[in-house]
Amino acid sequence: MKKVIQIISVTLVVLFVSAFVVNETSIPGNGYKIGDTAEDFSLKNVDGNMVSLSDYKDAKGFIVTFTCNTCPYAVMYEDRLIALNNKYASKGYPVIAIMPNNTDVKPGDNLEAMKARAKSKGFTFPYLIDEGQKVYPKYGATKTPHVFLLQKTDGGNVVKYIGAIDDNYKDASAVKTKYVENAVDALLEGKEVKQTETKAIGCSIKV
Amino acid sequence: MLNYNIDTEVLIKFKAMKLKLLIIAILIITSCKHKNKTAESSDIAKKEASSDTNLSDFELEVYDYNGFEKFLNKKNDKIYVINFWATWCAPCVKELPYFEKLNSQYRNKNVEVILVSLDFPHLYESKLKPFIKERKLESKVIALDDPDMDTWIPKVSKDWSGAIPATIIYRNDDRKFFEVSFTYKELETEVKYFLN
Repeated sequence: MKKVIQIISVTLVVLFVSAFVVNETSIPGNGYKIGDTAEDFSLKNVDGNMVSLSDYKDAKGFIVTFTCNTCPYAVMYEDRLIALNNKYASKGYPVIAIMPNNTDVKPGDNLEAMKARAKSKGFTFPYLIDEGQKVYPKYGATKTPHVFLLQKTDGGNVVKYIGAIDDNYKDASAVKTKYVENAVDALLEGKEVKQTETKAIGCSIKV
Repeated sequence: MLNYNIDTEVLIKFKAMKLKLLIIAILIITSCKHKNKTAESSDIAKKEASSDTNLSDFELEVYDYNGFEKFLNKKNDKIYVINFWATWCAPCVKELPYFEKLNSQYRNKNVEVILVSLDFPHLYESKLKPFIKERKLESKVIALDDPDMDTWIPKVSKDWSGAIPATIIYRNDDRKFFEVSFTYKELETEVKYFLN
């Protein structure tokens, strides 16, 4: 009898805590945490078309990356973003780049400038503009570049990794840990992502 | 002191949007065993730096995180205002005058402002040092150069996402972290909290 009460009370505590956690993450502006389901969006690409995650029927997930033209850190990662897409799009994890800045504050990030940048760099992935700045707050992106790795499941796109692309912004050849690659590789192998969150300096998103 | 900028290959792309010009500069700074290769814009940057040598003839203190950490942990009863910024960060540059004003108005009240630049090491001579001189910054400016950011950012504050500007105000063991842009009034209010 004592054991049954113990089990019931533990269950109640777990239920209570999980209810609390769900409440916490649903507060607007708080952003996604690992394990949350990311909402889909419909954003304009540099080619004029609207893009949603649901357009990618065959994808296993997405490397959603908040980036922009004007942040030097974001610029330093452009080639590595192209390399990520080239390596993983065919394996089911395309890069989806989203430009979150207010273009009145940063005219260098407006759609025309984005088009020019995508063309000159030869972006192989969609470069979407977060018009109205509605999407980045849902993710809880604070800076560029800022990566959210999603895994497609029957219940939606689940956040599996949040953070930086790797551990050396200034020298791709000196990188010791490729955070995003490690995370995608783990998902492709059906394993859990070991390092689910990392921090890096970036440019604050301009509001 | 770090010497990544001396013996590390650095690939940089820099875009001057205002002019709608795209400048891709490949700047490789190497140690003596490597050849120097420079692209057009880095040549320009070098010329600018050398043509006005008196603008950048002072020593810039550069630290990796281990060297820098002491600035976050002084226990001398002084109030330290540590601002993380960079010359390329527009909101940082916008709030710099407020930190300067705070430094001039409160330095006699046991307050010290330290401006921690996160500028890229290859731009210390051509950008950061001229900026410090031209703006006549009176607050102490140091540079933090440590690429392993996931290791040190959480040590500065567990609340820091990594976006700049960011500021720490502390007195001994009492500290507050801000990942915001300040007005002078807001900054002064926060400092007064520590003064009382």
